[in-house]
Amino acid sequence: MELPRSIRDAAELLRSRRASAVELAEAALARAHADRHNAWLHLCDEHARTQAGAADGMLKSGGAPVLTGIPWACKDIIGTKAIPTTAGSRILEQYVPPYSATVVERLDSRGAVMIGKTNLDEFAMGSSNENSAFGPVKNPWRLERVPGGSSGGSAVAVAAGEVLFALGTDTGGSIRQPAALCGVVGMKPTYGRVPRWGVVAFASSLDQVGPFTNTVEDAAIVCEAIFGKDPNDTTMVADFPNDDLRTDLEKGVKGLRLGVPKEYFSIKGMEPGVERAVREALAVLEREGAKLEEVSLSLTDHGLAVYYIIQPAEASSNLARYDGVRYGLRVEGPNLLETYKRTRGKGFGAEVKRRMILGTYALSAGYYDAYYVKAQKVRTLIKAEYDRVFEEVDALVTPTSPTVAFAIGAKVNDPLAMYLNDIFTLPVNISGLPGISLPCGLSEGLPVGLQVIANSYQERTMFRVAAAYERATPHHLARPEVKAA
Amino acid sequence: MAIDRSVVEKAAGLARIALTPEEVERFTGQLSVVLQAVERLKDVDTEKVSPTASVLPVLDVMREDEARPGLTVDEALANAPRGGRDGEFFRVQQVLEERP
Repeated sequence: MELPRSIRDAAELLRSRRASAVELAEAALARAHADRHNAWLHLCDEHARTQAGAADGMLKSGGAPVLTGIPWACKDIIGTKAIPTTAGSRILEQYVPPYSATVVERLDSRGAVMIGKTNLDEFAMGSSNENSAFGPVKNPWRLERVPGGSSGGSAVAVAAGEVLFALGTDTGGSIRQPAALCGVVGMKPTYGRVPRWGVVAFASSLDQVGPFTNTVEDAAIVCEAIFGKDPNDTTMVADFPNDDLRTDLEKGVKGLRLGVPKEYFSIKGMEPGVERAVREALAVLEREGAKLEEVSLSLTDHGLAVYYIIQPAEASSNLARYDGVRYGLRVEGPNLLETYKRTRGKGFGAEVKRRMILGTYALSAGYYDAYYVKAQKVRTLIKAEYDRVFEEVDALVTPTSPTVAFAIGAKVNDPLAMYLNDIFTLPVNISGLPGISLPCGLSEGLPVGLQVIANSYQERTMFRVAAAYERATPHHLARPEVKAA
Repeated sequence: MAIDRSVVEKAAGLARIALTPEEVERFTGQLSVVLQAVERLKDVDTEKVSPTASVLPVLDVMREDEARPGLTVDEALANAPRGGRDGEFFRVQQVLEERP
């Protein structure tokens, strides 16, 4: 059985009794077990069947939330009680969380059915999913290509029709970039809108949890479920209503001012096919009545440098907890210091080690001001530039990534080339803004992503623009031909 | 800035990561390239700019200090590494060295 095309279709199917939650769960499990992209690290059949049975009960008694009985996939960096959570790392290979992340609890309480945990770059560090300790993920559009990263498994699970939505995390583009490369919708919320309690911390001033879906509306549906203040998360200061994210979906873009940052189109390494698809998308939005305005974000080029100081610095502090004492791998040495070093030397992969070393260096005595404080100051300027632009326009429309999916192995030995994948997405994290990537056609037979960025807490406007584009084109319907294993 | 092996070795030591000689060699080259790329921040005038640690406007968020259910001792110790549990405690190696 194929899964329905969207959460909305599935919800109607369930309510019309043409399918049960148990049947949907079995279909998702069958497809996930047949996956040949290495998208999954752990499938939890019994857990899913139990949740699906309970969901059918909720549906029978009426008034069930829209996500009841909907099969979903969870990036394996988000903690799930009694279900392994590895963060894609050897150091957490045996880790089984004693509690669930708040976002998981929120989906549980709505009757959503978690099928399993998806593959990722180790500790979410990567843009190709080649940094997973458990093997790279393959792109369903072309198996020798990367799916993007770090949430590659989540993107693939949705693109290959194995689940109806997935959660990922996005620190510099880890939801939007794989969504673009796999041809699905991926969205990063405003910093501070989604609880991070129970999520393995990477770079705490940048990380956010967000959804992968087939449609813009579905992304808004998932956000309505996971948004909102959590007393366990001190980085959520504002308490906004979260039940209205879908209200503007049908409004269209007529009269909206959409900014087109010229620096986003003059980046070295941008593929002509990507630029063409994005320019066509801009023309579509203009035809739909939007007023396009060229704007300048002059520090775009500096975003990468800011990001590759702040992010590894924060990570080097966050990952200090993996010391082989309370959980995870322990490789015992002759004394405690040696135990730490051997544990971390064995437990972390190359990219994590590089970033720990880079971050530690940027924070070390004598370099702290020149690197870390300097980057924080330029961060202030980047944020101010976005603030200024959002006085003139309602949203920004840009490419998500400068390239389509590249070959597995093509960039593994060139970290800087790999980092450039996120040049269009990481300024959004630096500034704490919401951003969404949605399919806008193919180049060389591979998906291109269109990014819509809005001002902080303006997800409604972001969804409105994205939905208007989606309605006007058939690109979101394109799917790879998936052959079962 | 190009860095040499000693910089990588020192930072890896501070980060408590044991590296093989091959890793030191490889990371030295790769991190030199990354550090050269971030050098360009020097071109940005930040004379009168204050640093941003977080985009959130406030830093302290308070809530009532109320007792809530937490993890049991067994739950908290369940993920202890092999040989890392001793009854109700985590077992670690000696931290302070004895005076000779």
